[in-house]
Amino acid sequence: MNTDQAPLGERVDLLVNMGPQHPSTHGVFRMVLSLEGERIIDCVPHIGYLHRGSERLCEGENYSQIITLFDRLDYISNINNEQCFVMAVEKLMGVQVPPRAEYVRVILSELNRIASHMLFYGTFAIDAGAMTPIMIGFRDRELIQALFESVTGARMMHNYLRIGGVKEDVPEWFKLDLGRLLDQLRAGFREAEDLLNGSDVFLERTMGVGILPAEAALDYGVTGPALRASGVGYDVRRAEPYSVYPELEFDIPVGKVGDCYDRYWVRMREVEQSLRIVEQCLERLPEGPIMGKAPRLIRPPKGEVYVRTENPRGELGVYLVSQGGSGYPYRVKIRGPSFCNLMALRQLLRGVYVADSVVILGSLDIVLGEVDR
Amino acid sequence: MSLLDIILVGIGAFILFNFIMGSVLVLILAERKVLGRLQQRLGPMRTGPWGSLQTVADAVKLLVKEDLRPQGSDVFIFYLAPLMLFVPGFLIWAALPFTRDLVLSNLGLGLLYIVAVSTLSIVGMVMAGWASNNKYSLLGSARSAAQLVSYEIPLVVTVLAVGLLAQSLNLVEIVERQVPVPYILIQPLGFLLFLIAALAETGRIPFDIPQAESEIVGGPFVEYSGIRWGIFFLAEYAAAGAMAFLGALLFLGGWSGPFSDSPLWLFLKATALVLLFFLIRAPLPRLRVDQLMAFAWKVAIPLSFLNLLLIASALFYGWPQWLLGAVNWLVLVAVVAAFSWRRERRLARLRGRYAA
Amino acid sequence: MAREPQTRAETSSSPLEPRVREALGQRLQELSYSFDEMVLRIPREEMVECCRLLKTTPGLDFKLLRCLSVVDYVDFMEVVYHLSSLSHPHKVTLKARLPAEDLRVPTVTTVWKGADWHEREGHDLFGVLFEGHPDLSPLLLYEGFEGYPGRKSYPMPEQRELYGE
Repeated sequence: MNTDQAPLGERVDLLVNMGPQHPSTHGVFRMVLSLEGERIIDCVPHIGYLHRGSERLCEGENYSQIITLFDRLDYISNINNEQCFVMAVEKLMGVQVPPRAEYVRVILSELNRIASHMLFYGTFAIDAGAMTPIMIGFRDRELIQALFESVTGARMMHNYLRIGGVKEDVPEWFKLDLGRLLDQLRAGFREAEDLLNGSDVFLERTMGVGILPAEAALDYGVTGPALRASGVGYDVRRAEPYSVYPELEFDIPVGKVGDCYDRYWVRMREVEQSLRIVEQCLERLPEGPIMGKAPRLIRPPKGEVYVRTENPRGELGVYLVSQGGSGYPYRVKIRGPSFCNLMALRQLLRGVYVADSVVILGSLDIVLGEVDR
Repeated sequence: MSLLDIILVGIGAFILFNFIMGSVLVLILAERKVLGRLQQRLGPMRTGPWGSLQTVADAVKLLVKEDLRPQGSDVFIFYLAPLMLFVPGFLIWAALPFTRDLVLSNLGLGLLYIVAVSTLSIVGMVMAGWASNNKYSLLGSARSAAQLVSYEIPLVVTVLAVGLLAQSLNLVEIVERQVPVPYILIQPLGFLLFLIAALAETGRIPFDIPQAESEIVGGPFVEYSGIRWGIFFLAEYAAAGAMAFLGALLFLGGWSGPFSDSPLWLFLKATALVLLFFLIRAPLPRLRVDQLMAFAWKVAIPLSFLNLLLIASALFYGWPQWLLGAVNWLVLVAVVAAFSWRRERRLARLRGRYAA
Repeated sequence: MAREPQTRAETSSSPLEPRVREALGQRLQELSYSFDEMVLRIPREEMVECCRLLKTTPGLDFKLLRCLSVVDYVDFMEVVYHLSSLSHPHKVTLKARLPAEDLRVPTVTTVWKGADWHEREGHDLFGVLFEGHPDLSPLLLYEGFEGYPGRKSYPMPEQRELYGE
């Protein structure tokens, strides 16, 4: 069946092949737009340009090596990905993680969430045509990256989490650095939000555009900020609390309408909440070991486990099947939040203008590394 | 016209052309520097002291770059299109006076000529979009045609209002009528409309819809490379500079200023306007096509006619200039108040959305 | 303070169990537990009906299809559906076994639209035919790709040599 063909009975002036080389598709993503004038009649998304067979590759790597593969899935929020996989193996093996390691994990993954949302508002503004917010976003993201570098030794592909804990303890100046960083982040974030909310054109471009009703969002399996923007307060950190989240105080921001502005708004509020979480973790960060009692050779027993965590983009799930006695997993299925969120795109793009298509795609905030795996 | 005249005009045109090319290079550098400062970065820093030779280096690079033409493009139109945009962009300058005497061609109907010539750039855009055999180009050229035609009307009507007030379409006379009160004080509404229309005509943010890099990746110019693309770029900045000069001449009193009349004043005023164009670019996103059209037809055009009507009635009933100015200011304040009220209402609605 | 390690001892019956048994009735072949997940095994022909029942039965409300995976056990394949409910704090795993020589299972895109790409991926990488799916064209692989790279039988020679297994 040829999916590039537009539905019959409607006038199609132009078939535009947007991507895979396009500045606003956030990577190698292609959508075939059927246009009637400036209006989109139908959109057929095509993915797979970045398919590296990560799931199959996992079957050939031992458990500690797979962490590096997870770094490369959603390359904007690496720690969050690592956490999901590491938690899956820990659950399978019954490894206990010491509290200090849990807190460090949560601090880093929340910082990563902030960094990811900073990149989001930057690229979202670029999609809408504004150049400046991304400069602010990148300036602040750079601070986070620098902190990551001082902790993990890498700016992006950290490979920092270990089954049973983390690779090494945080440096002694970590607390001080982080405290200062939080103030800078808060100020920079406010600056960016003022810049965007203060612009009538930005409001005009995002409000009431690309409305995703809650029912449809659930039907498509949309999760994360995109689902919460539609008014469903579903967050894995609350729905199925993991790590130290049950002990922390934070709110789940929920939108009302489900338009692009709501999706942007939810993410902006999430940055605030993440800052809150990091602050609390910093206060409580206990002393102690950073590695639990995990065997040197990781050979989980026979069994299967599905672990989900809240990624900046939504629910990241890992379905891990182990046959027992082997250092290699039998099957790893990765449920990428971007992959599922992207499915809603086709419905969202029907009937909007070409200019809105990039804004809507930007508001879903996909990362192709995770979509294509 | 004797041979000597022709030679003199030729020399004048040559000097003017070089002046424009030089100032366009400076303008591009200035824009990058200003934008950089606004976005907490430095802008170009590597080529020459503080990056001052960056645009020169860019121009040289564009000159020696391979000139590509996509397969299936319409050869003749493809090559003609940059010129169709470039030539009108420079023809405007021929009628722009720098002082009472320093003008290449002091036309009696200078304003009419400028408006007519600047409209020609649509043809170049549409030709480029059509000939490139690229769908983004086609979309871009359709958008630019719609946009330029729509904003031509408020531009022409506000310019006409100036001509009406000055009782002349000759630019030198218009400037001379603005001593001692520049027209910006008498018709601020007209100036604002002119500014908006000029932004739209030159396709600058928030009206860069025809190019819209994040949507249609550069519109009509997608397929152009090397010096042909450079010509488009030059023409765009030459047009922006011409609009700034025109604004300075029509509303800011041209070369007249304190101490003495000098082209320096004109340059200063035009530079201020150009800087304003750059500043507007930094914080604003891009409008959508339908919003742009709605603004043109529902706001800009009625207001420009209102402005024209005010001036016509002032002339008809013989209002003194201060009265006309006062009424015009009042209308401007009312318009700005209406917009801020609308904005407040929208923000209240937004706040209400998240109140619970 | 730290999270208690989850062990198999936790796999006691949950209050969800009778409700699921009631809703699915005869269709349920086997009910077991794996950590905190309840695993239901059902015949593949009944997949759509079971999903619909789990989604719409009041008190169950499995509105969200978390994940849809295909696992290749060489002799047979398994399609695994992870469902979860938003209104209740429960989740469930559905499984159906497909014999290796007959990899067909009805599509659940009629129940959740979100199954669309998951099923296309399963068709792409494992060659499972999701019957009734509106469009099973290649999703992750390019057009005309030979073989099913997700299957265990698909060779990965370089990697094996590299790590000496």
